[in-house]
Amino acid sequence: MIRNKIAEMRNNFPRILVYGYGNPGRQDDALGILLAEAIDIWARENNISRLETDQNYQLNIEDADKIAHYDLVIFADASVEDIDSFQIDEVVPDTKIDFTMHSVTPSFVVGLCHEVFTGKTKVYQLQIKGYEWEFMNSITRNAENNLISAIAFLKKFILKKINSEN
Amino acid sequence: MGQKITIEPVTRVEGHGKVTIHIDNNGNVTQTRLHIVEFRGFERFVQGRPYWEAPVLVQRLCGICPVSHHLAAAKALDVIVGAGTGEGLTPAGEKMRRLMHYGQIFQSHSLHFFHLASPDLLFGIDADPQKRNVLSLALENKELAVQGVMMRKFGQEIIEATAGKKIHGTGAIPGGINKHLSSFHKKRFLEGDSPMNIKTMIEWSVAALEFFHDYHEKNKNIIDEFVEFPSSYLSLVRKDGALDLYHGVLRAKDQDGNIILHDVDYQDYLKYIDEEVRNWSYMKFPYLKEYGKETGWYTVGPLARLNNVDFIDTPLAQKEFEKFKFYNNGKLSHRPMHSHWARLIEILHSAEKMEELLNDPDLMEGPLTKKGKKQSEGVGLLEAPRGTLFHHYKINSYDQIEMCNLIVSTTNNNQPMNNAVNQVAVKMMTGKEEISEAMMNAVEVAIRAYDPCLSCATHALGQMPLEISLFKGDQLIDKKQNR
Repeated sequence: MIRNKIAEMRNNFPRILVYGYGNPGRQDDALGILLAEAIDIWARENNISRLETDQNYQLNIEDADKIAHYDLVIFADASVEDIDSFQIDEVVPDTKIDFTMHSVTPSFVVGLCHEVFTGKTKVYQLQIKGYEWEFMNSITRNAENNLISAIAFLKKFILKKINSEN
Repeated sequence: MGQKITIEPVTRVEGHGKVTIHIDNNGNVTQTRLHIVEFRGFERFVQGRPYWEAPVLVQRLCGICPVSHHLAAAKALDVIVGAGTGEGLTPAGEKMRRLMHYGQIFQSHSLHFFHLASPDLLFGIDADPQKRNVLSLALENKELAVQGVMMRKFGQEIIEATAGKKIHGTGAIPGGINKHLSSFHKKRFLEGDSPMNIKTMIEWSVAALEFFHDYHEKNKNIIDEFVEFPSSYLSLVRKDGALDLYHGVLRAKDQDGNIILHDVDYQDYLKYIDEEVRNWSYMKFPYLKEYGKETGWYTVGPLARLNNVDFIDTPLAQKEFEKFKFYNNGKLSHRPMHSHWARLIEILHSAEKMEELLNDPDLMEGPLTKKGKKQSEGVGLLEAPRGTLFHHYKINSYDQIEMCNLIVSTTNNNQPMNNAVNQVAVKMMTGKEEISEAMMNAVEVAIRAYDPCLSCATHALGQMPLEISLFKGDQLIDKKQNR
C-alpha cells in the first residue's frame, strides 16, 4: 500500500536527504550511521527515488554545498544529551563558535549554506540517545531500542512531508 | 610564592587540553604547560586482532585524519606481508595510495587554511571570537569561502574514489590496494564541470598563495613576529632530498640547519627516537635519543618539511618553495606562523601531484598487490597533514597483533606547542594577574598554527575544549574557558 502510494507520488515530492554521522567504531556513536542505512534500505524497497541517504564521521564545511542540493535534509546523530529516546528539531542557522577544529555543528552547516549557496533548504536534526562510546562495533541494547523508535518515527515524518507536498 | 594560570578550552581544537601558567610574585611567567587530560588506550585495543584488520580498525582513532592512519597502518603491514617498505608495491598499488594521500593532504590543509587560519588572519588575533570564523569570512570574502568549501569537497571525493567510501575506507590493504581508479572518476576529476576539476583546484591553490603573499606583505607583525623560537625539525624526505609526503627516509635538522638525523630507514626509528612520559600530561614527549630529553625535542608538520627538504618536484610548488627559502635567507624558519605559508605550498604541491597521478595510466591497470616472505614486525611512516605519523606492529604466530605503537603528529609537536604557548604567555601575561580576551585568542592562534588533533593524539572522543588558569603558588587567581 505504502509502496504504491509512494511510487505514485515519487515524481512530485521534494528531494530529501537523510544524513547520518558518527564514528561506527565507537559503540553508540554509530546511531546516526545505522539510521541512515535503515532509511536507505526502506527507500529502495519502496522505490522512493528522490529520498537519498549519506553518512560521514562528522559534519564539515563541504556539507554546506551538499545540503544546498536538497529541499529537505535530516541530520541524524547519536546524542549524549538528556533527552528521551530521540528528539527532532528544526535547525536554525547559527554563527556561534561552538564547533571544534575539524568538525562543525548542523547549525553552522546551515548558516554557511545560507550564506554562500542557498537559503531554501529546510533542515532538521534527529538526535538519538546513546550510552556507551568505547572502541567497539556493536551498539548497546538501550541504544538499539532508541534507534528502532527513531527509524519508525522518521519513516512517518518523511511520508508526512511527502504528503504535504501533494 | 609563585602564581599559576590555567587556560581552557581553546576554541576549534579537538580533545581536552588545559593551559596552566605559573607566575611569581613579581608577575614574571615562570612556567607554562599545555596539559592533555584525556586518554584512551587504542594501542591496547588492537592487540589480539588479526593484523589485516589494522588499516580499517585504526580509522576508529578519530574521524579527522582516518586516511593517514589507514595508509600508515597499511604501510606497516606491507612490511609484514613481505611487500616492501613503500617502494616495493606494484605501480598501481603505490600510485593509488599516493592519490588517496594527496587527496587527504589537500582537503585537510584547505580546511585548516580557509576555515580556521584565514578568519584569524583576516579579522586579526584581537578580533571578537564570534567574528573569527568562516561564516564571517563568507560575509567579507564570499569567493574565498566558496573556494575553501569546494577544495575540501574535491579532496574528499578523491578519497572516496580511492578508499572506496567515506567512513572506514578499505582501499589500502596489506601489500597494495583493492581496486584501480575507474575511468568515470578519472574523467570526472580531470574534466569535470568547473569548479570540480583538478585544473581549477590548481588555479585556486595558486590564488590562495597570492592571497597569503598580499596579506603577509601588509601584516608582517602577525606572520613574522607573533611567535618565534628555535627548534629542531623532523620529517620524511625522498632519498634525493625532495618533498615526499607518502614515503622516504627520516631526516632531522638542528636549529642551525645542520642535518642531525641523516636520512635513515624508518624501520629503525626506535634506534633514534624515544618518548618521555611527564606526570602532568597524557600526551607523551618524543625526542631524539642522541640529544636527550631536554634538547632532543623537534617539530613536525608543514614547516618542518619545508625546512628539511632540498627541493619540491612539482614546478609551481617549487617556485613557491624558492620564494619561501629566499625570504628566510636560505635558512630555517623558526616562525610557527610560517606553517600557514608552508601549508599553502603543500596544497599546491598536492594539487599538482594529483594531476600528475590522474594522468598516469598505471592507476587503471596492472597488478594491485604484491606479497613476499612474511615478517613478524613492520613499521609504517608517512607525512600526515599535521606531520610525521608512526605506526609500528608486531604479530604472533596466529597472525594476531601483539604490539602496537603509534606516535601521531600532534604528539610529535607536543614540546613545540608548549614552547609556543609559553612564548605567548611571557609576552602577554608578564606583570598581569588577569587573563584577557586577547591572551585567550593569542594562545588559540599559537596552538592552531600546529593544526593539532588532540582527540587523535590522546585517542579521546568528541569535542573537548581547553581552558586557561592562572595560579600564584597553589592559589587559583583567574580562570577562563572558551566561548
